[in-house]
Amino acid sequence: MQRFPCPFCGLRDEREFSYVGDFGKVRPDTKARVSDAEWAAYLYDQKNPKGQSTEIWVHLPCQEYFKMTRDTVSMDVIDAAPLRKPAQ
Amino acid sequence: MKYSAFSILREGLRGHRGWAKAWHNPTPKDTYDVVIIGGGGHGLATAYYLAKNHGVSRVAVIEKGWLGGGNTGRNTTAIRSNYFYPQSTALYDLSVRLYEDLSRELNYNVMFSQRGIMTLAHSEPDMEMAARQVNAMQLGGVDAELLNRDQVRKYAPLLNFRDDARFPIHGATWQGRAGTGRHDAVAWGYARAADSLGVDIIQNCAVTGVLIEGGVCKGVETSQGLIRAGKVGAAVAGHSTNLADMAGYSLPIHSYALQAFVSEPVKPVMNTVALSPALGVYFSQSDKGGIVVGGGLDRVPSYGQRGNTPMHDVVLGGLVEMAPILAKVKLLRHWGGIVDVTPDSSPIIGPSPVPGLYLNCGWGTGGFKAIPAGGYLFAHLLARDSHHEISRPFDLDRFQTGHLIDESAASGIAH
Ligand SMILES: Cc1cc2nc3c(=O)[nH]c(=O)nc-3n(C[C@H](O)[C@H](O)[C@H](O)COP(=O)(O)OP(=O)(O)OC[C@H]3O[C@@H](n4cnc5c(N)ncnc54)[C@H](O)[C@@H]3O)c2cc1C
Ligand SMILES: [Zn+2]
Repeated sequence: MQRFPCPFCGLRDEREFSYVGDFGKVRPDTKARVSDAEWAAYLYDQKNPKGQSTEIWVHLPCQEYFKMTRDTVSMDVIDAAPLRKPAQ
Repeated sequence: MKYSAFSILREGLRGHRGWAKAWHNPTPKDTYDVVIIGGGGHGLATAYYLAKNHGVSRVAVIEKGWLGGGNTGRNTTAIRSNYFYPQSTALYDLSVRLYEDLSRELNYNVMFSQRGIMTLAHSEPDMEMAARQVNAMQLGGVDAELLNRDQVRKYAPLLNFRDDARFPIHGATWQGRAGTGRHDAVAWGYARAADSLGVDIIQNCAVTGVLIEGGVCKGVETSQGLIRAGKVGAAVAGHSTNLADMAGYSLPIHSYALQAFVSEPVKPVMNTVALSPALGVYFSQSDKGGIVVGGGLDRVPSYGQRGNTPMHDVVLGGLVEMAPILAKVKLLRHWGGIVDVTPDSSPIIGPSPVPGLYLNCGWGTGGFKAIPAGGYLFAHLLARDSHHEISRPFDLDRFQTGHLIDESAASGIAH
């Protein structure tokens, strides 16, 4: 069983985590006109890289959403960083 | 050389010295009418039907490893057409019909065994959904039956009929024409037949780039040099996004490892294929006696082509609940393949965003059953530059028009 790092809880069993999606995918501005192609790309297209991939993950027990960079071939975790800004 | 009972007898008598190679090992030519990337079942079948049905014989299949070394040689060989939507029924039943005649057509025994497949229903609401599925299939002209508990027991007495079963068996959907085949034989049979029609099958040759001139795909760069082509067809499964990156377009595909398991050979205990959606497991028994077990996708997208423990636990735990008698059977092998998963669990057949380059991908967890149809339809597309009516709904444009063919219910578990 692999362990993934939650920025909040530390190293935990991989089964406690869920993959959410590509990092850096921004919802098109729906106040402006969005073409079918742009909308379809937003909904469905994936970077799906072989090698280093930066993604959004969630740690299910604590509900922390965070950014994880990992290698999709070796499965090594390269970096994990919180998405939320620290409380003031 | 034609394979027959007579040729086996003759070769047996003379020490098997007269068998010819099943295919050649050519060096790539500079240019072809069509280059197919990927020597899995879909690539090889496409090459065969291009030569056979459309008279296009200046064709090369470029494979980075060995034939069938991708998912075609790694799957659990379930062949079925028990889908819900009419578009899928047309596609997958064409495939089953082609499989029914494939050994004769290719003069190669692909061991298609129509031993039937059952999808278990574990509650009364499950039974209602099963009835809906059976009705949809019958309306689509595909053989389907709703089995009750006793009928399931007759087909597969080793399943869990105990009173304390976590998921009691209420009944099942049944497709009698479904079954299993020999995966390597499908790749090898198409390769041999395509080779005999003049197709160049080039192994150990990776495509490393796509040649684009004036916005049009004109060939491929490979580890054995540049190869020009009138048209290029990509059938690279879990690596479809890598190819898209080379050519500069995006795809709605995630690559995942899908795992499978086979046990030591045991005496015949199971003569059909059984699937439990609730447990996330299905299994059959191979002719050699191995229990062949499959389950769902990994939870994490990846290109790591190997097994891992989370799915191992889910699938084998589920198997033991589904057929407790198998608890003491020892595993022999455990492996993974990288599959190409689309948002609606349906394949993509059609032109890519780059003119001259065409796609056959997105088969995900269930494209072994579709190899004959995938090849047949992709060859049609490449030869005529227009869809066969059966492949039209599976064009990449469905993600923009919104006409998704959401078969995730029918293919929610991989097989
Ligand atoms: C564990 C498992 C169980 C499955 N069970 C079933 C089942 O029971 N029933 C079913 O119908 N389906 C099943 N499937 C799915 C099925 O195996 C696939 O959908 C099908 O084999 C896909 O065939 P293909 O020819 O598209 O891909 P592949 O057989 O994967 O062939 C693609 C080929 O492309 C080559 N390639 C990739 N990149 C390049 C490059 N750059 N240059 C040259 N070559 C390249 C690869 O080496 C590979 O050989 C299963 C899959 C797995 C992994
Ligand atoms: Zn946490």
